[in-house]
Amino acid sequence: YRALLDTLELSDSRLTLQLQGNITRVKINELKPLKPRFEVPDVHSVFGYICLDDNGLVLSLGVESQRLIVSARPFRLDIMEGPEVLLSLNSRGLLAFEHLRLRGGKDKEEDGLWEETFKSHTDSKPNGPTAVSLDFSLPGVEHVYGIPEHADNLKLKTTDGGEPYRLYNLDVFQYELYNPMALYGAVPVMLAHNTQRTMGIFWLNAAETWVDISSNTGSSETPQTDVRWISESGIIDVFIMLGPKPSDVFTQYASLTGTQSFPPLTGLAYHQCRWNYNDQDDVKAVDEGFDQHDIPCDFIWLDIEHTDGKRYFTWDPHKFPQPKDMLQGIKDKRRKMVAIVDPHIKVDSGYKIHNEIRDKNFYVKNKDGGDYEGWCWPGNSGYPDFTNPEMRAWWASMFAYDQYEGSMENLYTWNDMNEPSVFNGPEVTMHKDAMHGHWEHRDVHNLYGLYHRATAEGQIQRSGGTERPFVLTRAFFAGSQRYGAVWTGDNAAEWDHLKISVPMCLSLGLVGISLCGADVGGFFKSPSAELLVRWYQTGAYQPFFRAHAHLDTPRREPWLFGPENTALIREAIRQRYALLPYWYQQFYQAHKTGQPVMRALWVEYPKDTATFTIDDEFLIGRDLLVHTVTEEGARGVTAYLPGLGEVWYDVHTFQKHNGAQNLYIPVTMSSIPVFQRGGSIIPRKVRVRRSSECMENDPYTLFVALSPQRVAEGELYIDDGHTFNFQTKKEFIHRGLSFVNNVLTSKYTSVDFEFDASMSVLTLRKPGMNAGADWAVVLL
Amino acid sequence: MKSITQMLVMMILVVGFGSAVEVLRPRGVPLSKRQFYEEDKPFTCLDGSRTIPFDRVNDDYCDCKDGSDEPGTAACPNASFHCTNSGYRPTFIPSSRINDGICDCCDTTDEYNSGAKCENTCRDLGRKEQEVLQKMAEITKEGFLLKQQLIQEGKNGQQEKQNKLNELQNSKKELEEKVEALRTTVKETAEQPEKEAKERHLKAWEEQKAAVQAEKDKNKMAEAFLELDDDADGLVSVVELQSHMELDSDADGSVSEAEAQALLGGVDRVDTAAFESVWSNIKDKYVSESQPVDAAPADATPEEIKEPVTDNDSDQYPNDEDLPEEEEDEEDEDDDYPEEDAPPTARTPEKKDENEEAMPPYDDATQALIDGAQKARENFEESERALRDMDDQIRNIEKEISFDFGPEGEFSYLYSQCYELTTSEYIYRLCPFNRVSQKPKYGGSETNLGTWGTWAGPESNKYLVMKYEHGTGCWQGPNRSTTVKLTCGKETVVTSTSEPSRCEYLMEFITPAVCQEPSSTDPQRNHDEF
Repeated sequence: YRALLDTLELSDSRLTLQLQGNITRVKINELKPLKPRFEVPDVHSVFGYICLDDNGLVLSLGVESQRLIVSARPFRLDIMEGPEVLLSLNSRGLLAFEHLRLRGGKDKEEDGLWEETFKSHTDSKPNGPTAVSLDFSLPGVEHVYGIPEHADNLKLKTTDGGEPYRLYNLDVFQYELYNPMALYGAVPVMLAHNTQRTMGIFWLNAAETWVDISSNTGSSETPQTDVRWISESGIIDVFIMLGPKPSDVFTQYASLTGTQSFPPLTGLAYHQCRWNYNDQDDVKAVDEGFDQHDIPCDFIWLDIEHTDGKRYFTWDPHKFPQPKDMLQGIKDKRRKMVAIVDPHIKVDSGYKIHNEIRDKNFYVKNKDGGDYEGWCWPGNSGYPDFTNPEMRAWWASMFAYDQYEGSMENLYTWNDMNEPSVFNGPEVTMHKDAMHGHWEHRDVHNLYGLYHRATAEGQIQRSGGTERPFVLTRAFFAGSQRYGAVWTGDNAAEWDHLKISVPMCLSLGLVGISLCGADVGGFFKSPSAELLVRWYQTGAYQPFFRAHAHLDTPRREPWLFGPENTALIREAIRQRYALLPYWYQQFYQAHKTGQPVMRALWVEYPKDTATFTIDDEFLIGRDLLVHTVTEEGARGVTAYLPGLGEVWYDVHTFQKHNGAQNLYIPVTMSSIPVFQRGGSIIPRKVRVRRSSECMENDPYTLFVALSPQRVAEGELYIDDGHTFNFQTKKEFIHRGLSFVNNVLTSKYTSVDFEFDASMSVLTLRKPGMNAGADWAVVLL
Repeated sequence: MKSITQMLVMMILVVGFGSAVEVLRPRGVPLSKRQFYEEDKPFTCLDGSRTIPFDRVNDDYCDCKDGSDEPGTAACPNASFHCTNSGYRPTFIPSSRINDGICDCCDTTDEYNSGAKCENTCRDLGRKEQEVLQKMAEITKEGFLLKQQLIQEGKNGQQEKQNKLNELQNSKKELEEKVEALRTTVKETAEQPEKEAKERHLKAWEEQKAAVQAEKDKNKMAEAFLELDDDADGLVSVVELQSHMELDSDADGSVSEAEAQALLGGVDRVDTAAFESVWSNIKDKYVSESQPVDAAPADATPEEIKEPVTDNDSDQYPNDEDLPEEEEDEEDEDDDYPEEDAPPTARTPEKKDENEEAMPPYDDATQALIDGAQKARENFEESERALRDMDDQIRNIEKEISFDFGPEGEFSYLYSQCYELTTSEYIYRLCPFNRVSQKPKYGGSETNLGTWGTWAGPESNKYLVMKYEHGTGCWQGPNRSTTVKLTCGKETVVTSTSEPSRCEYLMEFITPAVCQEPSSTDPQRNHDEF
């Protein structure tokens, strides 16, 4: 690539085009703004260089047949491949750019331009109107996905005649389903897919954003989807990812915002949470409860009540007087804990954290320059300005063992309420005219939740840079995948909420955030035993597997619903633990390549239109297919098994089914349908113990599911499970496994085997080889 | 093997793992099952499902469905491992806890290949357990003795209550009869004569009053006749009537001849005899010539005159107006009492007039009947009250007796007692068989954490748990309820409270009443595997 030209002038705006591989960046800003407009930092990596053709109007893209055509008057940008238009910008002429202006100019002042009121709140809007907007046309596209977080189906709906999809991080009380309303997080990335190609649009803007989708579906014309993005402030900065395969789009997006952090293995195990475990004795009793009922568990979580008066980084002196004793007791069981640390800081001159933030001038300011204060759990609270790198460095240092009293290496962190939640603010969040340094909150709002990175960095630092962090966040933005886990917020103990957890996490996976989960059991309200069991069975096959419950609900630890349900929940959790090697391997891949772990079917079967709207079923990696059971009293479900000429094996019965069919599967309470793809090799650890750490030296069991061609492939990834040594010292084992011509490679060793002809199941008995060495198993 | 077309292949890889440790006696097998594991003989899975060479026992691979071939490794998910725990209690642990890096068996035998640094703590534990058991045994022994007392006391108490109840029920019968008898006495023997005597007295008085009134009227008429008869001719004429303006019936300011004539019954004059009927027409209007016209207000109705008097009475006896009629008689009696100052009566002449019109005191015979009736009524009421009290007592005892105080009544001593526990924030109060409450330590009102519901222990012994329900409702939650767990101890005391789930409280309560008879066997007996 070479730089030829980097700027096109577009009336009084500056258009910058940057091209790199199959990504085109279109940046539109004012040529000479009155003052700088906000450009989102900290999200994307350094973007490479620019390539324009000599004539400046037709540019060749990475692939030879692709061209980018810029038309000047009216402005329009088309991306072509051969004779086909893949995507057009401003084809509908909806490009709008409200230039910064001086108040009291010759324009007549309209209502709302320089001041707005929402209920009892006033937004002073000192910069006046600053919105930006652009439209995109996608010829040949009927299916668009992404732009989380919404409690809606996987396939995005058209918004004609209704509200657009809104991206504005909010602490929503009891959110509604199948609704484009904004939720806790925002990733302004949309994927467009048809049988030929997958593309992505990344609208890099952290202000309140609306997305309108319209489609001509149903008409006789070539299908086309039109999308319009509108943001309240900032600039237009769009990355167009041209695929063409789904995996290419993931790679392209990962090259911009990074990949999923590689969580410690334990983070993929089972988490037991509740608002709140009352005291140290309670924690001990819950820990013992898991052992008494022989249910594996890696984490016990503490919500806000563990603190001294909602002062984070502290412990309630009566309920948790000896946190280290408690943590040591948990550590003796090779388990971990998580304590919540929210970003609202109690305004209290007796509170060290508050005093330091105030003294260092690290708080977000109000429009008049004083420290911004709002109402949250502790009462009157300040909000640290996480957009300030110095603030983040200081915050990270607070996780040092000598700073965070009572913390130990097996204590991890949960950042909640970081939309941020302000109980007495407009829409329960921060006033838009609050100030983060020079920038208004308006500009940075959706970015605030990204900065749980400071917590992740703090955890890395406390270990001297060796240990991988584990942080859960509720708010998020593009790039949040680099720092930890997210969950779908305050859901409810209802069947529809169980159902929606699948498309919600699938949508997040499409935009890079793989470590996603929903509160098992539902946060609000109280689940029936049947719903709880089904939720465990589903949660066991979703990436972040945590049970959580509201303070006002009755207790619901897994053993409180009678011996039968305890056994069902035990079995669900045990299935998860047995599959941890596979999960871990998937996250290693996600970390390396940016491919989603929990995967929509169309991602693996992009030419099979039957998969395009499926969101009651999903893949884990390529090789496991899960169908949810989200109906009360269900006796069976109809699952779509994709892949013409492929076969799928029921993991519970080893029964074999052909692909490319809708299959009715009777279900009982004992499990939900899960299938292994013929042609895959999946590693498990079948000696399920009380925590994942207890299983670290246990043998692997390979489940080899042959394709109709009698071959199978898989891999095995092994490292220490918790440090960065896999990266820094290359301390890991990563083997390709294959079964071809009745030979399982990599190295020969003689083994006993058993063959069950009725089920086509062959069991190799005690092969006894070292997983780290080359080996092959030959069947003669 | 060419016949294998599609299949699942399972195999196990061992990662950095040493081979299973050789042991002479199969690891993890309890003595009781040793005979099934005979070296050098094929091993049959304990469920009989298959037979395998003995070298596959504890070879770290699961061959038997029941897990019996791997008692000493973690290979089978459903197997269990036997810890001998010499010096302490032998136990089984799930085989998933073998070599998991956590010391489960106090004799360290579960961690033979994990690198976990376990210390043999069996002797310590054994000693401590011995101490605890001994202490518990002592407590149980003493507690059980106390329980016997409680049972005895309970029985006695119960017997007393039953006796008392029987007694009360008998007395109640008597009392009921008495009340009935009194009711009859009052009605027939006392009130009937009283009523008759009173009526007689009243009638006599009314007759006397009428006679007096007639006499008075007659005198008045005679006076009026004399006054009207200006010409003293023994006749009252039209003209004579015309001078009395107050008799102006059509209010035209004068008494016309016709009017006067009409008053006289159509004649011009009447004599004294005929005047009687004229008088009855005019007596209400007629104004005596000897009285000034102004004095009319003085003629105001007796009621008006009485008013201040009654006021005074009211002041003195504010409740008089509310008193039932019967008691007005008493008031009348009171009036006759000499020590009564009765200043209102002395103060106004009008009152004197009233007194003249008041009913004369009852004669002695009537008064005696009244007093007798009053006394009978009082007796009757008193007996009725006594009956009501007795009913209450019976109800209370019946309620108490109806509580389930345990198979031997050992919990009866808790009835109508309360036990408190003070925590950092609250004072908790358990009143067995009644209610549980919570009160902030530093002011604030009491919250009901539940009223007595039922025994809720396990099937084997429901008397180990009490349930209190339907307490004060919780915001967005259930009504508060409390579970009270009872354990054996010498004292009766609440030892802890907690709120494991929102608005569901848990209380630990020690009482001798749940102490079981100490087993005659020696706890040492358990240590059978030294």
